[in-house]
Amino acid sequence: MAGFNKVVHSYEDAMAGLQDGMTVIAGGFGLCGIPEGLIAQIKKMGTTDLTVVSNNCGVDGFGLGVLLEDRQIKKMVASYVGENALFEKQLLSGELEVELTPQGTLAEKMRAGGAGIPAFFTATGYGTPVAEGKETREINGRNYVLEEAITGDFAIVRAWKADRYGNLVFRHTSMNFNPMAATAGKITVAEVEEIVEPGELEPSQIHTPGIYVQRVIKGNFEKRIERRMVRKD
Amino acid sequence: MALSREQVAMRVAQELKDGYYVNLGIGIPTLVANYVPAGIEVMLQSENGLLGMGPYPTEAELDADMINAGKETVTAIKGAAIFSSAESFAMIRGGHVDLTVLGAFEVDQNGNIASWMIPGKLVKGMGGAMDLVAGALNIVVTMTHADKYGNSKLLNDCTLPLTGVGCVKKIVTDLAVLEVRDGAFHLLERAPGISVEEIQQKTAGKLIVNGDIPEMVFN
Repeated sequence: MAGFNKVVHSYEDAMAGLQDGMTVIAGGFGLCGIPEGLIAQIKKMGTTDLTVVSNNCGVDGFGLGVLLEDRQIKKMVASYVGENALFEKQLLSGELEVELTPQGTLAEKMRAGGAGIPAFFTATGYGTPVAEGKETREINGRNYVLEEAITGDFAIVRAWKADRYGNLVFRHTSMNFNPMAATAGKITVAEVEEIVEPGELEPSQIHTPGIYVQRVIKGNFEKRIERRMVRKD
Repeated sequence: MALSREQVAMRVAQELKDGYYVNLGIGIPTLVANYVPAGIEVMLQSENGLLGMGPYPTEAELDADMINAGKETVTAIKGAAIFSSAESFAMIRGGHVDLTVLGAFEVDQNGNIASWMIPGKLVKGMGGAMDLVAGALNIVVTMTHADKYGNSKLLNDCTLPLTGVGCVKKIVTDLAVLEVRDGAFHLLERAPGISVEEIQQKTAGKLIVNGDIPEMVFN
């Protein structure tokens, strides 16, 4: 009875099938909630010509930034990429293509992709460079831009807890893009802090139902903080 | 004298109303949280997926999984909610956030805003700014009235690529408070000691000055 046992025990198995030229959607916001071990595995595999869809592209030497080191990313779809010197260098030299997408539109593109909605109209970006070349329409006196959904060959996400059915619960704001990314992959791999027994996750408290998740692996996370701010009390 | 960053934030804070859901951008807008008027309660929305953002954590509270839209470690207040980025932008785009405060490079008399891209310089991205300006019911822009060379940032038409069209309602600069409507900037208040003439001289777009313009009042 292995039907619903989605737990894999090696990163090789977790990312098996990833090939050159594929599209990978990655959850995370900055360095918060990123699937660190799955990114490291892509680096190890050396897969190239990847299109990576994620809000940001990590920093130099950590997160998705490590995939720039061996030029594995051909195209990056993101809303903000300012944290990364290597990114800047490859962008200016023309080695790296970038599609800047407003953050909410990016989240909705993933959500729509997972939900079988091929495109949607949004007011975001109307009259700006983002709308160039896209269909626009006036609806009830307001102008909207048609934005197409995104799906990936792989989606890689980080969750707090999972069970072997692939049900996921996220922790605090590390949720961010992870639930939408999880719905939008043909193969969705969740790297999690803890794997619990079926039934331990309260059904009504599950953020991502297991139907969206193909593989689960227990990871160890550094959880690097990008901007450490503390107050003195 | 021109207002300090803190004074601009203090003046913006006077726009807050009890029960408001508010999104504060990076920079001066972030400081607004320090000047919420006594006796009113507002909820701060952080677009990565947090409603009810609290202050920075103590050492003991520090948690890598708890950050704001500026990627800084934060806390959540009692009564906060945490959700996905899609949910977060649903509430922004859907007009559920009462007030957005953000910075800009340029604003024009038709309420257009340019805040994310300077051609020829490295473009880092718009983040959530385009969604915020398209979605909020009420947008206040904080900026210096003119750049360091004295060139006005309040224009007839924005020269830089836009973040949003026809969305800015109010501007708080280091010199003045202005409302944007009917294709013009309407001068509402002056910074203490700043003359109407100086504001006129530093406003390139159409400026309407109606009657005596009061000075801003700080408590």
